[in-house]
Amino acid sequence: MIYLDNSATTKVHPEVLNTFVAVNEKFWANPASIHTFGHQTNELLQSAREQIADILKTSNEKIFFTSGGTESNNLAIFGLAHKYKQRGKHVLISEIEHPSIIETAKKLSEIGFDVEWIPVNSEGIIILDTLEKLVRKDTILVSVMHVNNETGAIQPIEELSKIVRAQSRALIHMDAVQSFGKIPVDFKILDIDAITISSHKIHGLKGSGLLALKKFVEIEPILYGGGQESGIRSGTTSVPLAVATAKAIRLAVTDLQNNILKLQTLSDDLMVYLNTFPSVKVISPAKKAPHIVTFSVQKVKGEVMINALQEQDIIVSTSSACSSRQTKTSHVLKAMHISDDYIKGVLRVSLSTLNNQQEIDQFKIVFKRVMNVIKGD
Amino acid sequence: MTRIYLDHAATSPMAEEVIEVYTAEMKEVFGNPSSIHQTGRKARKKVDDARTILAKSIGAHETEITITSGGTEADNYAVFGTAYARKNEGKHIITTQIEHHAVLHACEQLEKDGFEVTYLPVDKNGLISINDLKNSLREDTILVSVMYANNEVGVIQPIVEIGELLKDHPAYFHTDAVQAYGSLSIDVITSHIDLLSVSSHKINGPKGIGFLYQRKGILLKPIFYGGQQERKKRAGTENVPAIVAFAKAVQLKQATFTNGNVEYNQLKQVFLSELERLKVPFQVNGSQESVLPHVLNISIPNTDVETFLVQLDLAGIDASSGSACTAGSIDPSHVLVAMYGESTPELRNSVRFSFGLNNTEEQVLEAANKISKIVL
Ligand SMILES: Cc1ncc(COP(=O)(O)O)c(C=O)c1O
Ligand SMILES: Cc1ncc(COP(=O)(O)O)c(C=O)c1O
Repeated sequence: MIYLDNSATTKVHPEVLNTFVAVNEKFWANPASIHTFGHQTNELLQSAREQIADILKTSNEKIFFTSGGTESNNLAIFGLAHKYKQRGKHVLISEIEHPSIIETAKKLSEIGFDVEWIPVNSEGIIILDTLEKLVRKDTILVSVMHVNNETGAIQPIEELSKIVRAQSRALIHMDAVQSFGKIPVDFKILDIDAITISSHKIHGLKGSGLLALKKFVEIEPILYGGGQESGIRSGTTSVPLAVATAKAIRLAVTDLQNNILKLQTLSDDLMVYLNTFPSVKVISPAKKAPHIVTFSVQKVKGEVMINALQEQDIIVSTSSACSSRQTKTSHVLKAMHISDDYIKGVLRVSLSTLNNQQEIDQFKIVFKRVMNVIKGD
Repeated sequence: MTRIYLDHAATSPMAEEVIEVYTAEMKEVFGNPSSIHQTGRKARKKVDDARTILAKSIGAHETEITITSGGTEADNYAVFGTAYARKNEGKHIITTQIEHHAVLHACEQLEKDGFEVTYLPVDKNGLISINDLKNSLREDTILVSVMYANNEVGVIQPIVEIGELLKDHPAYFHTDAVQAYGSLSIDVITSHIDLLSVSSHKINGPKGIGFLYQRKGILLKPIFYGGQQERKKRAGTENVPAIVAFAKAVQLKQATFTNGNVEYNQLKQVFLSELERLKVPFQVNGSQESVLPHVLNISIPNTDVETFLVQLDLAGIDASSGSACTAGSIDPSHVLVAMYGESTPELRNSVRFSFGLNNTEEQVLEAANKISKIVL
């Protein structure tokens, strides 16, 4: 099987799995327990936290382990909006966010926050001029993803934060689920306040992720109970999962530059190939993450292509896993005003460093055959 | 020195078979169940099969099970989800003074948001009175949340009677079964339970997974928004390996059900008799009739829990003051305060021992002997 759907989820890295198994074997205690066993387990949890804080360049106490990207995004949006609501009620969200941000923001507006949407251009990149007009003195939160999961478009976060900082005291949250380990993610350079990471997208384990805050940024919890994670995330912490997350994060940033080059080479090659088909339109913009290539075959339903490719053991997806079970057209593609001829035929190839050139070559062969059968191309 | 772990109510080790299933799933099935391709569908099938096992374990239908990240999320979901879905019908909630903080703190949060919460008291045995509940019920009561069994003293509440009382009242009946599940046989139909929380790591399953049973027809406000997973009830990519491993843990519990019960209760009795034989002065906290087989909370006169736990720890015994949750410091237990009042010695000299997988009679005998050396 050639798995080219790494934006939906990834295969667990053997070292991550080993870490999980080893920690689980020895340190399965409840880290809140006061016996030595609990203390030792807690120490491991704290060292996982430290490692991650070091990599992300923030302080330990600002790393909050969660059940994944969705929870982290919910925590960021609800938690920051509630914490800073005395400053204002204005929240800005891009139109192309993952549903875990969009639906949460809609909920915020139901309960009295003033939510406005930052539009994108035809490349799926937020329009900074419009952002500049939207930011107000009472804007308390701006959330824009780093890399879009459907198109791979990299958002101009540095420029965004300059605009936001110049005009407001708003906090900036960035969903880095698709960017972490694929392009550099840095609190300082990007000048942001909060970052979401999900482990299963970076060869870590499902059911784990984190929200990282910059020093001095505060937040309200969304889950209440035992007061774990400095009171911000109640629920017995799984130390094996937390340590496995730290491992996945470390692996994701090790050799990042080489990995970027590798992914870039594969995706450039693929793009060049796809552009040779007259009925194929590449949707991913020039400024895109190296692992995502989104394109569309004119007047052919995405599902038809997916099934045809799958019969040849190649796994790709429509623009996102979440939207693929719904018949609805993707909100991202709609926001980009993709024309009717193409909007239903969108396919996403998403790579990981585990993929190689032979697989891409095999994809090309199969794709050509499928196109031949379906389109007569 | 091999340690003797008597803190299974705080968290329990994963069973070998569960670890095997968990790691195998992590290696093999890595599809996203929301994806329409084969790998995705394979993952979906795994989740569906696991869900059926979870549902059957409490006499529910698989559509009534929402997977969560654990007991805390399930409790929060039940409490917040009911409150915000039903706030137009009423703003009154009834719970007990001895709930886990996942319920209590959620209720306190609701109080800040204009809800009214009645916290039922318990008697010296740790039991609520059905009469109190009856008298507290109002027309605008939308939720009654009473834990199935308490995590600190193990006392089992009169769930069947509560269900009977509430079956003709519009309030939803939620029960936190995190400690009871796997030890008691639970039937949501005959007990008229509307909402029930379970956590996997207390029954030798993985941490970070649990479920909330929601009786068919109940529509709660979600607490996590996003993708349409879990029939739109709980967003977030499904944690497939953990769900499958959780179901495995449930199956193992079911296979050894009466066995495990009898076995852990037997350990508790051996432990108690040995303490008696060694003339260790102690008193059991909470009902001795309506109690979980594997939980024991005792008060030992003239000890101080903080010192005592350190001494136990040095002697190689892992036990706890009741709740693992208030990390670091030992605050007086809200459960014991509810049972005995603010200023009784029990608040400072009570310890919880909880028995489980891999414990043996030799271990509990050894533990009792070490305790007698510390105390006498
Ligand atoms: C950009 C983005 N944000 C958030 C998420 C949600 O993460 P998780 O699957 O861990 O809930 C995803 C993936 O589904 C994503 O692609
Ligand atoms: C009775 C009870 N409810 C809820 C919880 C919380 O469950 P979890 O640790 O899975 O969040 C616990 C355990 O900590 C518990 O004992």
